[in-house]
Amino acid sequence: MGVSMQMGGSRSEGRLLSAILIVAICLTMAPVLRLFVEGVTDQGAPSLSLMGDVLSKPSTMSALKHSLITAGLGTVLSLVLGAAFAFLVALTDLRAKAALVFCLMIPMMIPPQITALSWTQIMGPSSVLLKTLGIAPPLGAPQPLYSAEGIIVLLGIQHMSIIFLTLRAGLRSIPQEVVEAARVSGAKGLRTWWQVVMPLTLPSLAAGTAITFVTALGNFGIPAMLGIPAGYVTLPTLVYQKLAGMGTTVLAEVSVLAMLIGAVAVIGILLQRFFQSRQKLHLVGATSRPLAIPLGAARLPVELLLWAVVLVILVLPMSGLLATSLVPAYGVALGLDTVTFTAWYEVLFRQPSTSRAFVNSFSLAVGASLVLMVVCLPLAWLMERHKTRLSRLFDSLLDLPYALPGVVLSIAMILLLIKLPFTEATLYGTIWIIFLAYLARFFAVMFRPVQASLKQLDPAMNEAAQSVGASLFRRLRDVILPLSAPAAAAGAILVFLTAFNELTVSALLWSSGTETLGVVIFNLDDSGETAMASALAMTIVLVVMALMAVIQLLSRRFPKGVVPWQT
Amino acid sequence: MADIDLSSVGKTFAGTPALQDITTRFEDGEFIALLGPSGCGKTTLLRILAGFELPTRGQIRIGGRDMANADTGVMMPPEERNIGFVFQSYALWPHMSVRRNVSYPLEIRRFSKADIATQTDAALAATGLGDYADRMPSDLSGGQRQRVALARCLVSDPCAVLLDEPLANLDVALRASMQGVFADFHKRTGATMVYVTHDQAEAMAMADRIAVMDQGRIQQFDTPQTLYERPKNRFVAEFVGRGAVVPVHGVARRGEELRAQILGTEVAVQTDPEKSRVSHVCLRPENLSIAETGNLRAKVARVTYLGGKYLLETVSECGTRLLAETRAKFDVGAQLGLTITTPWAFSED
Repeated sequence: MGVSMQMGGSRSEGRLLSAILIVAICLTMAPVLRLFVEGVTDQGAPSLSLMGDVLSKPSTMSALKHSLITAGLGTVLSLVLGAAFAFLVALTDLRAKAALVFCLMIPMMIPPQITALSWTQIMGPSSVLLKTLGIAPPLGAPQPLYSAEGIIVLLGIQHMSIIFLTLRAGLRSIPQEVVEAARVSGAKGLRTWWQVVMPLTLPSLAAGTAITFVTALGNFGIPAMLGIPAGYVTLPTLVYQKLAGMGTTVLAEVSVLAMLIGAVAVIGILLQRFFQSRQKLHLVGATSRPLAIPLGAARLPVELLLWAVVLVILVLPMSGLLATSLVPAYGVALGLDTVTFTAWYEVLFRQPSTSRAFVNSFSLAVGASLVLMVVCLPLAWLMERHKTRLSRLFDSLLDLPYALPGVVLSIAMILLLIKLPFTEATLYGTIWIIFLAYLARFFAVMFRPVQASLKQLDPAMNEAAQSVGASLFRRLRDVILPLSAPAAAAGAILVFLTAFNELTVSALLWSSGTETLGVVIFNLDDSGETAMASALAMTIVLVVMALMAVIQLLSRRFPKGVVPWQT
Repeated sequence: MADIDLSSVGKTFAGTPALQDITTRFEDGEFIALLGPSGCGKTTLLRILAGFELPTRGQIRIGGRDMANADTGVMMPPEERNIGFVFQSYALWPHMSVRRNVSYPLEIRRFSKADIATQTDAALAATGLGDYADRMPSDLSGGQRQRVALARCLVSDPCAVLLDEPLANLDVALRASMQGVFADFHKRTGATMVYVTHDQAEAMAMADRIAVMDQGRIQQFDTPQTLYERPKNRFVAEFVGRGAVVPVHGVARRGEELRAQILGTEVAVQTDPEKSRVSHVCLRPENLSIAETGNLRAKVARVTYLGGKYLLETVSECGTRLLAETRAKFDVGAQLGLTITTPWAFSED
């Protein structure tokens, strides 16, 4: 009642909001809460002693320091790369922008451990590519990427698309008149950029930086592949090592560490929120035509430079991966006499787990996209209309399952579902535990774009339907759903692409028969089958790129906003 | 029957009162205009009638049915009120064609396919949209969009139609023609219409009665003619029509006639016979005539050509600005004599 009194909406809206909110909270917050409880209790009794112990350990402090250093500097690198690309693509008359944007999206869609795998293969002494080119460092020389710098560089590359996308969205909403007015007043090129465009984009730049930092902080694949061999431990890898060690208090210790990561992540999210709330202040005017400031004679060199960067961050590691997948054994130089498709044939057609994993990953990704769409659409709309205290709290916490490292989330899921309440049944070992974990993890990926689009929806659209007598269900179906469908589709595409090749969550939750693609690659690499792992990784990259290409090709038939990297 | 009854309706937003103690009645079939400056609460009142907002105090009845009652907590949701609403932004659903936009209310009411088709065609024809039925809203001009919104509201035969500044986004010529469309629509359907606007010419042209609102209260609720000729207070006198409000110094009754001291001259005034005292008069251009013998001396400060006549802004010797109309042209700075004829006097606290 209190809910509907505030807005004058119908009471059924208040009831539906409560119902969906409870489902959403169970999906996303329950695992986080369960983990929290584990950290602050000792054999059933509340206790903070363990927390104090874990936090005061030197290993925790050094991992925290390493995490902050790598995530922080990695974010700076993402910021420099992503912002440069965003400004140039959004503001100038570069050619082939669509192709450039497409290529920039790919690093985000490739799982971090594959990124790490491919880079180690082009950089180290046993690099097939470097050997083939004859410029490999001598055997026994250290792999230069097994270091803090290596982690920073790869984190920076991996997440630059996040900065790029947020900033470009912000730049697109700058009314063209603002820039034109500056130029009419006599401001030239860089001055316009520095004094007019920059101040207006600061909020989205800051917001993008915060998300990037949180994502980098939770990244497991890159510090695991590069840091563990070098003894450089970050918080997510410390969690992993603790689990591998196993002991009586391991889960409690892990949950304390997870809370530490969560605390840093929440600070990042709150900062992002703060900056985004300031963004509402400006941005009035037409934004119909995109800006295209002529670069003049500098255009060709700038284009060459941008494509060179794309070559380094995308083509080079991929060719390394390809080269490794084509040699008979890891370490052999690639040549006309050594090239072989054995690894491809073996992994794609001989290993039964591969096809199983394809089916599993595909169904999980499709299922998660669909379920999340059904839950997030009405929820985002109702939360926009009825701002209750609970919905506001949920809004500020729902990024947590995405910000926490996948390993931590999967432990939380195990704790929560190993024994279902009131029954003897367990979901552990079934595909459902992975599915529920995906729903929790990718909730924010789906929810945020839908929420953003509904915030821009004219409330009169709904009120008009109300005034002609449409019930809540009819309004959702006939007005709200079609109008927010582009954003929902964009969210679903992002969920699908990220879930399809996800590793860190399923790494702890899989069992024989429920492997995902990420798990298969990890296991192959772990057991020394680097060539086969590379072949499968390459396949996944190709499948993802093919899917993205199909979406891109169909983009003209979709309503505006469906293709996430074109918003 | 769709008479609308409001009794002591109040609304506060986060502690700030937007509407205070509105008690009034709109008769069935009346065309009512809510007129006032922006922020006066007129749109809030309209949204409360539609059910998009809930009153903080008081109750609302439409056609004898309780719509909202802040005391008992009764709240009929907008979708059950059978009310039409025309939005300032038109609020056409961009993903539906013109025909679907118009037929949607009938789909909701589960009409048969044939009925939907005939009634939709009738509504489209009545608003002159027959040729545009299969277009999308984005392909229409502003005036056409507004007519679609009107057709959508007309098709379901609502018991009352609420219009929220529906012409604010249209150009002057379109406004005039759309005013005709609304007036025809009102004549044909006989529906009770409540029309929010800040444009007095629009309100005067269409409404049977106008409620002039300011600071969350209805200042005066009368026919356009009464509002213009017999304003109740200074706000209404200044907001409706041209004119100046000047204080009265001393009143004397001479038989039937009431004579007042205004700007140093004594003139006969009209006033509400029920009011015992007057404090101000409203000097419309009609109350001022230019004559060499006029005992009120004034200097022309600005001349505006109105087409066929001139509006003179003059300043009297005591510094009061007065508006007069004339067919002859005067130059800025010219000295005039003015005569005041029977202005309307009212009492202002």
